[in-house]
Amino acid sequence: MKVVTIALNTYRESIRDKVLYGLVLFSIIFIGASRILKPLTIGEELKVTKDMGLASISFFGLLIAVFIGTRLLYEEIEKKTIYTIISKPLKRWQFLLGKYIGLLLVILTVVIIMTLWIYLVLWLTTRTFDVTLLLGIFYIFLELMVITAISLFFSTFSTPIMSGLITFMLYFTGHLTRDILIFAELTKSRIVTIISHIIYFILPNLSNFNIKGEIVHKVPLETAFLLYSLSYGILYTIFLLLLSVIIFQKRDF
Amino acid sequence: MISVKIEELTKIYKRLFGKALKAVDHLTLSIEEGEIFGFLGPNGAGKTTTLKMLTGLLYPTSGKAWILEKEIKEIEPKKKIGFLPEHPSFYQHLSARELLHFYGAIFGIENGKRKKKIESLFALVGLEDVADQRIHSYSKGMIQRIGIAQSLINDPELVILDEPLSGLDPIGRKDVKDILLSLREEGKTVFFSTHILPDVEKICDRVGILIDGKLVKVGSLNELLKEEIKTIDITLSEIDEQILSEVRSLSAECIVKDRKVFLTIDSTKKVEQIQRVICRSNCRIISIIPQLKTLEEYFSHLVTHKDNKNRK
Repeated sequence: MKVVTIALNTYRESIRDKVLYGLVLFSIIFIGASRILKPLTIGEELKVTKDMGLASISFFGLLIAVFIGTRLLYEEIEKKTIYTIISKPLKRWQFLLGKYIGLLLVILTVVIIMTLWIYLVLWLTTRTFDVTLLLGIFYIFLELMVITAISLFFSTFSTPIMSGLITFMLYFTGHLTRDILIFAELTKSRIVTIISHIIYFILPNLSNFNIKGEIVHKVPLETAFLLYSLSYGILYTIFLLLLSVIIFQKRDF
Repeated sequence: MISVKIEELTKIYKRLFGKALKAVDHLTLSIEEGEIFGFLGPNGAGKTTTLKMLTGLLYPTSGKAWILEKEIKEIEPKKKIGFLPEHPSFYQHLSARELLHFYGAIFGIENGKRKKKIESLFALVGLEDVADQRIHSYSKGMIQRIGIAQSLINDPELVILDEPLSGLDPIGRKDVKDILLSLREEGKTVFFSTHILPDVEKICDRVGILIDGKLVKVGSLNELLKEEIKTIDITLSEIDEQILSEVRSLSAECIVKDRKVFLTIDSTKKVEQIQRVICRSNCRIISIIPQLKTLEEYFSHLVTHKDNKNRK
């Protein structure tokens, strides 16, 4: 119950943040702007709109997860709002989990707004309604869930700029982790292979959640892969939250 | 019953480079139920660190403390305490009402009861008219008032306040002092830190003085100041020249202004002599006021004494 109280309060506080309005507005303009590309997309208009729609959810979701996620704890500590909360009968893990869920709710709200907008744009331009798009969006949300956990983890001990930079770096390398393994095998060096395997297991493998191409081009997806990605996302998030709690538990304010 | 019991509490801030800082040094202290206890000390003495350890914001390096007979590392004592940090800050995008509902919900106070409590708290701190405005529009004094309100949301048995009087105008300070006194009347224990000494004299039952992390003195103000008379001020009028020269020779200071004579006498013996002189004349005594040693003087004496000792 206390986790819910913190989560709802985090949601209420973040949803009134002007940075958020700015990002949502940009994403809406961005998705709408796919119409500008119409002359270049003879016959492919539907695919381009879907592609741009999914890409903008992914991109703007990433910006929100990083910008708000990295500031979430730092500002509580810096502005001392945490003093009146930690001194109340509340366990530190409840506070941290509440903060995480609150931010996730904010991201979910933004994703829902963007999804509705994409469907509206698609309907107005091509008179189509594609349910499979929702699957792609669900996996984008799963990826954002992991990224939010990463930014929260770094913000338990680092400044927003530092946590933001690392999270962005992990986002980009996270989409290349499979390539790391391929390159390591090409080198045929045992040490390089071992190190790359370690890196592969530690870094988030975000390509697991990237099914945008398959969704847009209607390539069938294996259920086993989808289930594997789902459980990977959940477990990776739990692991990061546990690490965050361990660090947060030991902190002095 | 003992409300707060602190035993050998120590906090050392370890630094990556440089010497570790001992902010609180083997502090032992107990505060009785129902008293107002003032925690005094110059800046950097360790007052805030002590209060933060009691409220779970900092972990002690060593030592133990109990609040209402429960050890501070447990969650249980936090249910019965209210805490106001120094220069408090709250969520800027929330209104004061939303904020108090949030704190009330953390304590698990049921919605109907919470609403009533919040209304009474707004009345107590005088924020009824601005309760629905967002906090970013609040002045410093209003923030302090909302801070006090949040510390009382759970009807605590013990209220811990860190510098509750700092940054307030005289009216604000008076209001806060009145609130603290009303809390004592309700039987609550108040433990607060401050460096505004004249206020302490008026409201505290006991004080503890902390210097360089060590508790230097603790006791009631009467015990500490021992009602020591520093000087006696006597004001006379209608005095003739001969008597004036006699009393002047007995005074530490003598000022004649507007046909009145203001004398400062530094011993009670001399006061008796002056009384005898006055009795022989027709002069009128307007007032005799003993000047007691103030807490401020006692405090500065302790701090300078400690500084001199450290220098040696």
